[in-house]
Amino acid sequence: MIKYLGRRVIALAVILTIVSFGSFSLIHLLPGDIATVILGTGNTPANRIALYKQLGLDKGLFSQYSTWLGNIFQLNFGNSFIDGTSVSTTIGTALPIDFEMILISQVMAFAIAIPLAMKAAKKPNGLFDRIATGTSFTMLSVPPFIFIVLLVLVVSINLQIPGTGPASFVTFGQDPFHNLVSLVLPSIVLGIGSTVVYFRVLRSDLVSTLQEEFITMARSKGLTRRRIMWRHAFRPSSIALLGTAGLNIGGLIAGGFIVEYLMQIPGIGYMLILAINKSDFLLVQGIVMTIATLIVLLNFLIDFLFGIIDPRITRD
Amino acid sequence: MTSTIENNEVVVLKPEKKEPLGVFFWVCVGWLGVNLLAAIFANFLPIWGPQDSNNYVDLNTGPSFSHLLGTDDLGRDILSRIIYGARVSLGVSFGAMFLAFFIGGIFGMYAAYRRGKLDLILTSVSLVFLAFPSIIAVIAVLSFWTPRSILKITIVIAVTSIPLVYRVIRAATLSAATKDYVLAAKIQGATDRRIMTKELLPNILPTAVSFVMIGIASVIVVEGSLAFLGLSTNVTTPSWGNMINESRSVMQVNPWLVLFPSLAMCLLILSLNFIGDRIRSYYDVSEVKL
Repeated sequence: MIKYLGRRVIALAVILTIVSFGSFSLIHLLPGDIATVILGTGNTPANRIALYKQLGLDKGLFSQYSTWLGNIFQLNFGNSFIDGTSVSTTIGTALPIDFEMILISQVMAFAIAIPLAMKAAKKPNGLFDRIATGTSFTMLSVPPFIFIVLLVLVVSINLQIPGTGPASFVTFGQDPFHNLVSLVLPSIVLGIGSTVVYFRVLRSDLVSTLQEEFITMARSKGLTRRRIMWRHAFRPSSIALLGTAGLNIGGLIAGGFIVEYLMQIPGIGYMLILAINKSDFLLVQGIVMTIATLIVLLNFLIDFLFGIIDPRITRD
Repeated sequence: MTSTIENNEVVVLKPEKKEPLGVFFWVCVGWLGVNLLAAIFANFLPIWGPQDSNNYVDLNTGPSFSHLLGTDDLGRDILSRIIYGARVSLGVSFGAMFLAFFIGGIFGMYAAYRRGKLDLILTSVSLVFLAFPSIIAVIAVLSFWTPRSILKITIVIAVTSIPLVYRVIRAATLSAATKDYVLAAKIQGATDRRIMTKELLPNILPTAVSFVMIGIASVIVVEGSLAFLGLSTNVTTPSWGNMINESRSVMQVNPWLVLFPSLAMCLLILSLNFIGDRIRSYYDVSEVKL
C-alpha cells in the first residue's frame, strides 16, 4: 500500500508541475505586450510596477515561472487589475457554491443510478433493461446547455414556479431554503447527466460480475438475492463506478459553468466566463490553475480509494 | 454427458450469425447524410438567406408556409440559420477529428507496433493529459489566444483530443499486432510500412470509424458549449450554439427559437452516437463470444 501510494504521489507531483507550467504559459499566448494587455483599462505606472513584481516580467522565462509559482504556493494569485479585488478571495467565495451543487447532484445521481442498474442487470435484455438502456442512450445525446435551457423554459417560464429561474440565486448563509430552491434546476441537469453515465457503467459491470462463479457459489449457499447483489456483486463492480465517478466529478467542476452561466450562479465557472469577457487575465489564470489542481487531487483521492476497496490493486 | 459435448461442438461449428445493423442504424446514417448535404449545398437550396430579415416585418412568427420553422426576433428564417449553422458544427467537428486522428492515430499505431521506450513515453504523456478535462484546456487557451476564429477553435479541440485518440488507436493496434497474420506477414519479409498499412490498418478501421463518430458527436457538444458561452464565432455567423444562446432573451415570446436548433443538435448527436455504438458492437469479437 505504501509503495503504491508512493508511486501515486510521484505521479501527482509530475502532473501538478505540468499543469502549473501550462497555466503559467497561458499569458504568453496573449498578443502584443503582455503587461499592456493584462492591465487593460487599469494601465497606470503604479499598477505596472505591481504587475512586474507579481509576474517577474522583467526577468527570464524560468525565473518568471518560479516567481509565479512561489506566489501561488502562498495562495497569492495577485489582484485583478480590472476591479482591484484579490483573485484568491474571488475564488474562495465562488468555490463553495460549486461544491454544494456537485454534492446535491451526486447524491441524486447515485441514489437513482444504483437501484436502476441493479434492477436492469438482474435480467439483461429484459423489458426493464431495454427501456432503461434506451432512455439512458437518448439522454446521452442531450447536451447540458440544451437541457438547462429546456428546463428553464418548462419549469420557470411555463409553470412559473418562483425562485427557479435565472438570476434567482441567494447564498446558503442568507436563506438556506431559497438557496436550495434556486439550485434545483442546475442540480437536476448535472445530476441526470451523471445518473446516465453511472447507470451505464454499473449495469454493464454488474451483468458480467453476475456471471462469475462466486455468484453461483453464493446462490448455491442459499443466500438471498438482495444479499448477493449488494454483498457479492456490488462491491467488485463499484470499482468501475468509482473510477467513472472520479472522471465525471472532475468534468462537473469544469462543466458546471454552463449551467452557472445560464442561471447566473456566481460559482467558479460563471466567474471564469465573466473574467474572460472582462479580459481579466490574472483571474482567468488563477481559476484555471485552481480547477486543474482540484481535478488532479481528486484523481489522486480516487486512486487512494481504489486501494481500499480492492487491495489487490496495490500489489504488483 | 455425450449430449452436452455434442451440443458444444454444434455451437462451435455453427458459423456465428451477426445481428444485422438494423433499420434505425440506416435511418441515422441517412440523417447524418442529410445534415452533411444540406450544410455543403446550403447556398443552392431554395431557402431564405441566413441574414435576410425581410425588412423586420415577420418577427417571431411560429412555423408557417413561408418560414417552415418560423422566424427569430430579427425576422430571420430559423430553418436557414439552422442549415448554415450546421456548417460551423460539422466543419469544426469533422476538421478537429480528422486532425486528431491524423496525428494521434499515426502515433498510436506506431507506438503499439514498435513498443519499447517511445511507447512508454508517449503513453505516460497521454495519461498525464487525460487526467485533465479537455474542455477546461480548450476554454483556457481560447480565452487567451485572441481573436478567436473557427480555425483556432478547430485546432485547439483537435490538439486536446489527441491523447484520447492515441489511447484508443494504440489499444486497437496492440490487439491486432499480436495476431498470427501479422507474424505471417513478417516471416514473409513484409516491410513495417506494408504491415501497418495493409495488415493493421484494415483491422483497426472499425474501431477507428466507431470512435470517430462518437468523437464528432462530442466535439459538436464542445463547440456548442463554447458558442453558448460566447467563446466561439462572432454573432453574425449563425451556429447552433449561439442561436440557442441568443434565443434565451426571447424565450418567453418565442420558444420555437430555442426548440428547433436544440432539436437539430440533439438529433445529430443521437445519430452519431448510435452509428458509432452499432459499428462497435457489430465488429466487436469479444462481445459475440459472450
